[in-house]
Amino acid sequence: MIAKQPISPNRIPYDIYTDPAIYEREQERIFRGSSWNYVGLSAEVPQPGDFRLSSIGDRAVVMVRDKDGGINVFENRCAHRGVAFCFEQTGNAKAFQCPYHQWTYDLCGDLVGVPFRNGINGDGGMPADFRTADHGLTTLKVEERNGAVFATFDPSMAPLAEYLGPEILVYFDRVFDGRQLRVLGYQRQRIECNWKLVLENIRDPYHATLLHVFLISFGLNRGDQPGRVLIAQEGRHAVMTSQRREHVESEATREMSTLRAGLTLQGGEMLRPVREFPGDETLAMQALWPNVIVQQQSNTVATRRIVTRGPNACELHWTFFGYAGDDDAMTERRLMQANLMGPSGFVSVDDTEVMQQTQRGVGPSPRYEGFMEMDGSGQESTPYVITEAPLRAFHNYYRAVMDLD
Amino acid sequence: VPVPAGVKTDIADLYADYGSSIDDDLERWPDFFTDDAFYRVVARENYDRNLPMSTLMCRGRGMLIDRVAAIRETMVYIPRHVRHLITDVRILEAGAQIRARANFAIYESPADASSHLLAVGRYYDAIDTQNGRLRFAEKTCVYDGNLVAGSFVYPL
Repeated sequence: MIAKQPISPNRIPYDIYTDPAIYEREQERIFRGSSWNYVGLSAEVPQPGDFRLSSIGDRAVVMVRDKDGGINVFENRCAHRGVAFCFEQTGNAKAFQCPYHQWTYDLCGDLVGVPFRNGINGDGGMPADFRTADHGLTTLKVEERNGAVFATFDPSMAPLAEYLGPEILVYFDRVFDGRQLRVLGYQRQRIECNWKLVLENIRDPYHATLLHVFLISFGLNRGDQPGRVLIAQEGRHAVMTSQRREHVESEATREMSTLRAGLTLQGGEMLRPVREFPGDETLAMQALWPNVIVQQQSNTVATRRIVTRGPNACELHWTFFGYAGDDDAMTERRLMQANLMGPSGFVSVDDTEVMQQTQRGVGPSPRYEGFMEMDGSGQESTPYVITEAPLRAFHNYYRAVMDLD
Repeated sequence: VPVPAGVKTDIADLYADYGSSIDDDLERWPDFFTDDAFYRVVARENYDRNLPMSTLMCRGRGMLIDRVAAIRETMVYIPRHVRHLITDVRILEAGAQIRARANFAIYESPADASSHLLAVGRYYDAIDTQNGRLRFAEKTCVYDGNLVAGSFVYPL
């Protein structure tokens, strides 16, 4: 049983980052509950039989294109004895056969073969009432929107567009605009922190203008640039945006004690983006409940999928992509700007280290609480970024889904 | 064509020095590259499938110098030591440029924790020999375990 406790809406009880019972409840209520989880890109499985391993929460799933061109998602767990039957990260298959006893599933996850079903010479074999239809893989409901694939364990889940909502779709469709996507490659990292800290980090524009010396010194994202936060769908999703400007001295720069105005890059072409997406926003980070961040920083676009690994660790799987019509110069730009991101990113290293240090700080102190009152108590969208409203909205929604108070 | 023993020794020394520069004296690391060198750190899953995305990618020595400056001045991270073990240096082709490869294992030792294996993989390199100096014109550092434990703060 999880003790119910009165919690101020502006406080974060630290046990939610470490308690194994809360973690199990998250798997059940969030990842296997009423949520659309990002699993991958349609472009990763272009041909019938193409598959790629993914995951939802801590459950491994297979995303596969079937013979009719549809995408199916099922758990990577044989219905017989539980073997994670798919060994390859990606590939092409006519069917999936578990190596242990060679139970075979088609591309829709239906059981189509059981060796020695009738025994040998009449000895052994499955009982007379054994039906393959009762032993298929656990198959999820799937939706694709402009090349991004989502799946849910909840068969009665409302459509994806309804789940994301019209305000989020403006940004979602800005990146996934219907053009054919081209996968540029992957980065993966294990981070020794609770999965929520990753979403919180993105939903916290207050830190971006302070922690990231690289970003603020080169004007990629700063608190005194035009920017906004969008909070949508009862707080479950949020988008943080910014407009890049050349460096100017302002009242705010004095409080950015880490800003290094004299910093110059020898290889500066990396930071010369071209305008590509509609509108003036050069940065739009979408934190989509519960497991993905859709990143657009200048010309680098990627999904960051979160894999939970117990309460104290998670993985972040980055899939960088461009569009089929990109010329070589645009691809080069995307590859170069990716230097900001990932396990070796000029910016992301800061986040990884701080998230791990947060886990180290909160871990031994489950009865302590964090404080989030920057910009008061509101949980609504703001046309500025020095606010913790997206964090308050996140925790409010989280507690409601978890029924923690 | 057999590679002269002296060249083999020189290349082995180059790799040993390269590792030592990152471990002991990061400011020296860019000096191991030509002015227009191409340096990348890439996950095995990308390299094997010819996917162009790198985890770290630099064109020109200027970008390597920027990386050193960022490690020293802008990036925020727990202090740590890294230690390169570079083995099985092989010369694949010896011409105007030398193509070589070597295996690496890099251990990381945070100030308050035990050492752990940070990365294992292989360098695939082109080495420039002009003006009697051996410098990397291309260096591709492929790490075999695709899942990075935390961050690569230092270059591989």
